[in-house]
Amino acid sequence: MIPTNYPETEFGDLHRRLLGLRVGLLLVVGLLGLRLWHLQILEGPYYRDLSENNRTRQVLLEPARGLIYDRNGILLANNVSSFSLYVTLEDVKDREVLIHQLTELLGLDPTVVRKKLETRGSKLLPRKIKDRMTLRDATLVESRRLDMPGVMIQVESQRNYPGGLIAAHILGYVGEISADQLEKPEFGDLHQGSIVGQYGIEKSYDRHMRGMAGQKSVEVDAVGHVKKAAVVERPEAGNDLYLTIDARLQKLAEDLLGEEQGAIVALDPSNGDILAMASRPAFDPNILSRELTSKQWVEIVQDEGRPLNNRASQGQYPPGSIFKIPMAVAALETKTMAPSSTVHCTGGYRFGRRVYRDWKAGGHGYVDLHEALVHSCDVYFYSVGQRMGIDVMAEFGKDFGLGRATGVELPSERSGIMPSPAWKQKAKRESWLPGETISAAIGQGFVTVTPLQMASMMATVANDGVNYRPRLVQAVMDRATGNLQELPAVPRGKINAKPETFRIIKDALADVVTKGTATRAKSSIVTIGGKTGTAQVAALRPGPEEDIPKKFRDHAWFVAFAPVQSPKIAVVVLAEHMGHGGATAAPLAKEVIEAYMQLPSQSPVVTSGLPAVSRHDEGSFTES
Amino acid sequence: MIERLTEHRGLDGFDMRYGSLILAILAIGVVSIYSVTQGQHKGLTPYYLKQLMWIGLGAAAFLVMWASDYHQLARFAYPAYVFILLMLIFVLFEGRTSKGAQRWLALGPFSFQPSEFAKLILILVLAHYYSKAPRVGWLQRVIVPGLLVLPGLLLILKQPDLGSGLSFVAIYAAMLLMVGIRSQAIGFILLFGIMLFPFAWEGVWGSLHDYQRQRIMAFVDPGYDPGGKGYHALQSRIAIGSGQLLGKGLHGGTQSQLKFLPEGHTDFVFAVFAEEWGFLGVLILLGLFVGLIWLSLEIASKAKDQLGALLAVGIVAMLCFCIVVNIGMTAGMFPIVGIPLPLVSYGGSATVMTMASLGLLLNIKRKRLSLFY
Repeated sequence: MIPTNYPETEFGDLHRRLLGLRVGLLLVVGLLGLRLWHLQILEGPYYRDLSENNRTRQVLLEPARGLIYDRNGILLANNVSSFSLYVTLEDVKDREVLIHQLTELLGLDPTVVRKKLETRGSKLLPRKIKDRMTLRDATLVESRRLDMPGVMIQVESQRNYPGGLIAAHILGYVGEISADQLEKPEFGDLHQGSIVGQYGIEKSYDRHMRGMAGQKSVEVDAVGHVKKAAVVERPEAGNDLYLTIDARLQKLAEDLLGEEQGAIVALDPSNGDILAMASRPAFDPNILSRELTSKQWVEIVQDEGRPLNNRASQGQYPPGSIFKIPMAVAALETKTMAPSSTVHCTGGYRFGRRVYRDWKAGGHGYVDLHEALVHSCDVYFYSVGQRMGIDVMAEFGKDFGLGRATGVELPSERSGIMPSPAWKQKAKRESWLPGETISAAIGQGFVTVTPLQMASMMATVANDGVNYRPRLVQAVMDRATGNLQELPAVPRGKINAKPETFRIIKDALADVVTKGTATRAKSSIVTIGGKTGTAQVAALRPGPEEDIPKKFRDHAWFVAFAPVQSPKIAVVVLAEHMGHGGATAAPLAKEVIEAYMQLPSQSPVVTSGLPAVSRHDEGSFTES
Repeated sequence: MIERLTEHRGLDGFDMRYGSLILAILAIGVVSIYSVTQGQHKGLTPYYLKQLMWIGLGAAAFLVMWASDYHQLARFAYPAYVFILLMLIFVLFEGRTSKGAQRWLALGPFSFQPSEFAKLILILVLAHYYSKAPRVGWLQRVIVPGLLVLPGLLLILKQPDLGSGLSFVAIYAAMLLMVGIRSQAIGFILLFGIMLFPFAWEGVWGSLHDYQRQRIMAFVDPGYDPGGKGYHALQSRIAIGSGQLLGKGLHGGTQSQLKFLPEGHTDFVFAVFAEEWGFLGVLILLGLFVGLIWLSLEIASKAKDQLGALLAVGIVAMLCFCIVVNIGMTAGMFPIVGIPLPLVSYGGSATVMTMASLGLLLNIKRKRLSLFY
């Protein structure tokens, strides 16, 4: 025994007790070591796995999508906050109780909620029960959240089109990226749930407007609760677009069409700016930018009026008599006709064994080019067509942009058809029949055009042959730099024709309005030149117009430009099933032109002083 | 006696083994704090530098204690105790609140925890009490010192600081065992405790703060409140376990580096160390602690008088309790009670107090070897 240094007292057994303490200490430390050996060696791999999966999660910060303005800075598309209600089934304690609570609180239909909760899918993923909630409902749910485990309110950015239906076909709509789109390289930086443009400018300028998603690094605990969040990368807002359209003119054009099916396009001939592009019937992009039920989607797609179809750029119609404008240019340029040479119109044109009729039963008598345009004499152009031949016609037609897309910044533009023997051989595997040349000469038969092509053609004539690509976007505002990048007009070439030719034709077109087939387009405030057209829908016309069911009635065309001396606007009106162009289409064109000429002088085009518009800058969060 | 003097080199009883053990443990602490507070906000003084500063202050306290005379110190035990009680009262009114507890007293730019220093003073008080005169009978051996402990204990629990409170009880129990209470007394206390338990439970449970109850519940039932305090325990276990044999290396601890592990530089520093240095590192650290305690117990057993022996035992008990409970709680063996790991956890008061205590231990050894006392 170790000798003690102090006298024998009641503490005498201290050494024994200290020995006990040492043994106890070793025991306890041994236990600790055993426990740590168990944790680190035996269960080490298991905990290593847990720690690998623990870590941080990357959460995407959705960028604010670029805004769209008209040429005067009027807001056409922006983003608003929208509240959506999500339910994560895994966290729901009692489904029936939750359904009851939600119906009580928000007045939702219990069967709808039940159905949404019962659809197949992961229990761990939040499912959307309701979108576009009011702030009141959202706060109501938020305040009761503790009573309703599994319920979550998410703030989401919702595309909003303040004008409703206005310019719907131009703007298009947005939607969640599809599985097919995700595979494509141009959507490479996007992810499931990204919102992309699906139609219209929203689609064709998606790259500019979508911005760049940011990233947030979120540290989560073992049950996914966000413990700490740090923005790693700020989202970059998309760029804003300034369109060429004038919202006022656009609205007028749409209102003019009203309930009728058809299209109106107004162009600035000097640069190709589309001032208005209306197509009716239209859709509400606000609705299409939401998540639609399949029933809603079927309803829209199966609508007889095909509201999703942009008739201005996608509708293909026989041009009818407006095709006589390029025919007239061709006739003079190829010297097929001299301006003063005449054709005797007796109301019909015999070719082979068939007589091609003029629209006017008795005929127009002796007509020169001017008269033929003013009164839309068919026989004159039958004769021109036959002399000129289909190949020359096709060449000139192509020069005027027929049979090819104009290149406007809209998806799925159609190109129409400018027929030729080569085309027919390729498309139909049949040889060209001489009589088809006669039909094509007055814009019937195989010839089809879009209203936009006709507007562009009219603008080209008005501009003495100088052609610009029709365009919808005139400037892009770069959000990152704050620079407004103005896009230059895109020249598409020039019709190689003498100025004299255009002067003669424009004179004739002016007389069409003053004393010809389109006197209803005559304006007291501006000189207008134009040409009517009627596109045949059914080959045979078994009686007076009124007796034919509407869907077999002809389409009415009118193309116009004004003022005649120094054109500032070119307009095309296509009214489906409205009969003769002079009666129905011409007055609409006149209204558009007059309105345009009378519009209060436009504010300087977006060079400075951007309108202050509230943006929804903080994007919504989506777990990746 | 003279043999023993020559046996240990070093100045006037300063044991080099002892010093190097302390330095090694402190170094482990600084490295772990350095590692876990990497992502700290720039501009603030890094924690490891602050800890080095505390260690410097602690070294001064160590030397002062070593150079002093514990007999002299014991004389001031009661006044010091009264002083610290006043501080504990003061802290209840003027203290800085952090995480629901009022523990800190602002002292210029620093704040310190009176409860840490209260532990050392309590050891002095009890040692002084037992060494003064023969204490016989359970009243003198158990009840009176118990009454001495009680005010400090209650004040600390009021903050609330469960960890320091339990340390108080542990110090009291350890010294009680050392002065040799009879087995009947132990039995009586146990019986009394069991009988009183329901009432005490009610009182104790009712007086606990929510977070304390949650911590205890999380220990009893780990599935309870997975996002709450069970989170600490689970993350700590994951940290330690995932370290495996060799650890993930300095800065390699994903648990601690990515802040899954809360309080990585203070109460849970052991988990940080275990994650980054593995089971081997843990064995080394445990070995260092055992060595330190072993040397301390030797000092206790060879102390030249009762006061020295009791002081040494009290200090050893305090260290042992903190080490065992801290490691036990990070390893998921005990509930989480918020006790720092001596010499390793970041913290000014605890570091200075612990180093002062170790200085006092060496003082006890020094006095044993001083022939001319």
